[in-house]
Amino acid sequence: MTKIEEELQKRILVLDGAMGTMLQRFKFEEEDFRGERFKDFPHPLKGNNDLLSITQPEAVKSVHAEYYAAGADIVETNTFSGTTIGMADYHMEDLVYELNYQSAKLAKEVAEEFTAKEPNKPRFVAGSIGPTNRTASMSPDVNDPGYRAVTFDDLRIAYKQQVEALMDGGADLLLVETIFDTLNAKAALFAIEEVKEDRNIEIPVMVSGTITDASGRTLSGQTVEAFLISMSHIPLLSIGFNCALGADQLQPYLKRLAQNTNSMISAHPNAGLPNAFGEYDQTPEEMQQLIRSYLQENLINIIGGCCGTTPDHIKLIAEVASEFKPRLVANS
Amino acid sequence: MSVEINQSSNQQPTTINQDRIPLKLSGLEPLVVTPESNFINVGERTNVTGSRKFLRLIKEEKYDEALDIARNQVEGGAQIIDINMDEGMLDGVYAMTKFLNLIAAEPDIARVPVMVDSSKWEIIEAGLKVIQGKGVVNSISLKEGEELFIHHAKTIKRYGAAVIVMAFDEVGQADTYERRIEICKRSYDILVNKVKFAPQDIIFDPNIFPVATGMEEHRRNAIDFFLATKWIRENLPHAHISGGVSNVSFSFRGNNTVREAMHAAFLYHAIQHGMTMGIVNPEMIEVYDQVDKELMEYVEDVLLDRRDDATERLLDYAESVKGNVKVNEKQAQEWRNGTVQERLTHSLVKGLDEFIEVDVEEARLASVKPIHVIEQHLMNGMNVVGDLFGSGKMFLPQVVKSARVMKKAVAYLLPYIEEEKDETSSSAGKVLMATVKGDVHDIGKNIVSVVLACNNFEIIDLGVMVPPEKIIETAQKENVDIIGLSGLITPSLDEMVYLAKELDRLNINIPVMIGGATTSRAHTAVKIAPEYKDTVVHVNDASRAVTVASNLLQPETKTSYTSNIREEYDKLREGYLNRSRSKSFLKIEDARANKFPMNWETYEAPKPNFIGTKKIEVALSELVNYIDWTPFFQSWELHGKYPAILEDEVVGEQATSLFADAQKMLQQIIDEKWFTASGIVGIFKANQVNDDDILISDEEGNELETFLTLRQQSQKTKGAPNIALADFILPRETQKQDYMGCFCVTTGFGVDEKAKSFEEQLDDYNSILVKALADRFAEAFAEYLHERVRKEIWGYAAQEELSNTELIKEAYSGIRPAPGYPACPDHLEKPTIWKLLNVEEEIGVTLTESMAMWPAASVSGYYFANPESRYFGLGKIKKDQVEDYAKRRGISVEKAEKWLAPNISE
Repeated sequence: MTKIEEELQKRILVLDGAMGTMLQRFKFEEEDFRGERFKDFPHPLKGNNDLLSITQPEAVKSVHAEYYAAGADIVETNTFSGTTIGMADYHMEDLVYELNYQSAKLAKEVAEEFTAKEPNKPRFVAGSIGPTNRTASMSPDVNDPGYRAVTFDDLRIAYKQQVEALMDGGADLLLVETIFDTLNAKAALFAIEEVKEDRNIEIPVMVSGTITDASGRTLSGQTVEAFLISMSHIPLLSIGFNCALGADQLQPYLKRLAQNTNSMISAHPNAGLPNAFGEYDQTPEEMQQLIRSYLQENLINIIGGCCGTTPDHIKLIAEVASEFKPRLVANS
Repeated sequence: MSVEINQSSNQQPTTINQDRIPLKLSGLEPLVVTPESNFINVGERTNVTGSRKFLRLIKEEKYDEALDIARNQVEGGAQIIDINMDEGMLDGVYAMTKFLNLIAAEPDIARVPVMVDSSKWEIIEAGLKVIQGKGVVNSISLKEGEELFIHHAKTIKRYGAAVIVMAFDEVGQADTYERRIEICKRSYDILVNKVKFAPQDIIFDPNIFPVATGMEEHRRNAIDFFLATKWIRENLPHAHISGGVSNVSFSFRGNNTVREAMHAAFLYHAIQHGMTMGIVNPEMIEVYDQVDKELMEYVEDVLLDRRDDATERLLDYAESVKGNVKVNEKQAQEWRNGTVQERLTHSLVKGLDEFIEVDVEEARLASVKPIHVIEQHLMNGMNVVGDLFGSGKMFLPQVVKSARVMKKAVAYLLPYIEEEKDETSSSAGKVLMATVKGDVHDIGKNIVSVVLACNNFEIIDLGVMVPPEKIIETAQKENVDIIGLSGLITPSLDEMVYLAKELDRLNINIPVMIGGATTSRAHTAVKIAPEYKDTVVHVNDASRAVTVASNLLQPETKTSYTSNIREEYDKLREGYLNRSRSKSFLKIEDARANKFPMNWETYEAPKPNFIGTKKIEVALSELVNYIDWTPFFQSWELHGKYPAILEDEVVGEQATSLFADAQKMLQQIIDEKWFTASGIVGIFKANQVNDDDILISDEEGNELETFLTLRQQSQKTKGAPNIALADFILPRETQKQDYMGCFCVTTGFGVDEKAKSFEEQLDDYNSILVKALADRFAEAFAEYLHERVRKEIWGYAAQEELSNTELIKEAYSGIRPAPGYPACPDHLEKPTIWKLLNVEEEIGVTLTESMAMWPAASVSGYYFANPESRYFGLGKIKKDQVEDYAKRRGISVEKAEKWLAPNISE
């Protein structure tokens, strides 16, 4: 049993909140994104948040530290878009290994500082593996439904590179998240299995899907149950949902998940639904109340926040999580 | 070995173990096979080896029709569909990939799991790479040895699929009971122990072979299958059994009655023994209980090998029923009996295009104009789609399909619509439509495209996830008239803002329409419109798109429409910016540190021709040319820019008539001197002190009064200042003299009397009219006086030559902000002006206790001559500034809070 599995037996673990929301507060401009190293890079780089792990490492570390200080057990590396597919927008495919390696390394440094201070509350680093900006099972062209902008093999190769770098950088676990197309996630899991086999090591894997709207389905059309089944072929540390919805809208789907699985369950919802400006208004107190309801229903093993959540949210979520026991998982 | 076959139809299967782990598969929806599940039907018609029709369709690349076969299978009850592309002339990898990708776009097919069927590993792997659900591989076996078997199984596991294992090994295919169980056991042990394959994901196919072939060694083909099935279910925990049922009746090809009966009987017994799924053509099976009793007896004799002459007896019987072809009418087509609207709605909701042209043609013949079919029948159908989507009963891929059927219907109608149109008419305009980068949603965009196309706009649809560079490049290359942007997810909002900035940066002048669920008028006004110098307009639904697009493009309406939109959005934005939001604020010290940057060292304040106060009298007739008529119409709730409003399609007539009345009264006001225009202006020495205050002195330098200004306190984007009006005046410490003016004008005396006399004659219309005109005169007076100040009294812009329109657009140098308006919302500044100018005694305008001017038709304000000075909105301020302000004003904090309340952030 890995360290994190041991901890999960004892208590509910807290995942961090949004990275993007926190990085926005720095109001970085083009030149900040570029730093000294990329000052002559021929393409615009503003908005490439993952790059900040290289050009503004102290900012990224400070966000990790804020989340750990707020009570998070696990922080996610700043690598949501860190594949050759995601980086193609910025013409930075060649930088993918370094981005992931550095991001994992930064987070691990912060984690170790906190673990040293509080040995009874070990801190973990989850390598964040995002969905990329392309879908393997949907066509971007209405008039050509058989077309695909990305293939399974494209994704598998890109993910493999990301996974290797995250592991080299010191990630304790991997988090395949914001899955809106299950086929993309299957490619990620495939890549992870390949790396595990190549290196003959184990690494815990969290999987987190995204229910996009009231239809209760992923963007690619799967129901909660179908998604769960499609992700069940490799051993997972946990399965859950994140993003797109606020904690209250997500609750029914977590319940359906809980009814159908003996796995550990994770959730990191958004701070409510965005307002007309794409901003998240839900206060930490409001979100804490909603999370309390998850815990009262015994739905959760790992809890955190997605878009719009801040260390203030995570602090209150950690507080309420400490009042409850983790969801009981039958040994099967 | 001798095993009794129990024939009692009431007997429950004995092999079911309650502890079985269910087999779980998925398409878009789950399929869970538990001991309680009924037999799982696997559709077999999408198999080129089994269906000539399907083979032909695939060879001819008629994928639409091939999909219909798949759909019929699912509608007919198949819970899994088997796809096989093994044919010598086919590129199996290509066909498998293509067909499965197409199925993924058909939610009514994709809801069930897929069985990837091939004898070629590369085709199997190609299939596994394109299914998002957990499917089944059909099949692998030990035929080519253990190593390859393990490799395949491991790979399948990694892709996340269940597997059918054929009872086949290095020696050959199992054809006896013993060989079947031997090979299955060996396969099972390797899979479970070496590969760690989940045992419930293993499905054995113990080989269904034909019976009644006349050959002795085939007599036990069915019964050995049943018994092996039973053994597997009892000895290989959690594994399942499948098979291709139609094989069993191979010798009765052409005699469907016998074949269907055989299938029914075989399945019945196989299920009794533990078979859980099978490849069955649901259209080729009879219900067990409905098979003729005599036929069933002969069939079961054969299957269970009960008599030596069983085969002969069945063959004799078969001869007697031959040619009795069963008519297999699909009752699924019942919907074809509905009305044409019902049929069109059905096709749209189901995304079916098979009958769409037939039905559209029928609707067209019954309609006066072909366009009516779109506007009525098809839009009705799409509304049903919209409602179902909105309530979560349809989901995205289905709606995309509906849109496609809609397109086909429209494409069919277009030639008829063209024909109807005036020969000379050309396109109403070219509209580029795109769902922005990062967003795949396009229903709304497509509906808008359709509606626009139906109204004679030429549409260039770039599809979804369109990068900004492509939008801009296409817009320029195609010389489009409008760019339509759509988005459903929130990050799309930022994309739209980005695109607006890019368009602006590249000096493009194409109006932009914004739409999609996440967009809003507020967001468009506050975030997008300010970034782009051309028009940005939010279109909240498709039905409004035509009006908006027409208004944007028709030369007669364009100017007034776009300026109206701009004005409307400016107001909205101002209102929004005045509301406190969760934005960050600076401490007042920090805001002061970020004041408006002026290079005072090089700045020389324009020295006034005159310092002191001066009373101004002017003839009303001189003011007429300074009147801005647009607000006059607004006060009558007629919206539009003057003079275009007079030609406006909707309100033009009303506006013209009102304007005529106003002109008539205007002349009377001037001729009969209903009002007098009097004003007072003062120019003083001034210097900025203590950051935010302006110290006013007379010509000799005696300090008279201090104007207090308020400073923007919200956190600005990098490089943007936090402005206060005081920033436009030279600070005292520069030792350089600056100047500032203020004024009050009125045309209000006499107005109330006139209005009252109209009211007494029960003439409310003229009562309102006279007040509205008085307001216009006062504003015109302020404009007139400002011009005189610029050109003559102060004289800093003596050479200025501006048209009336330019005046209204505030194209002049320097500003005349008024207390109570966005740059200086503090009404308590008015008493300072009153004192400086001695307003009440000089021209009689007084201030009410809430600092309103009486008479109402009055305007007061400051003059700033600094060419850098500009209008701005104060926005929200924080408590620290309020407290500081109260101190400067010499009032209590409570009183300050009361006066500044609308601008104080919570």
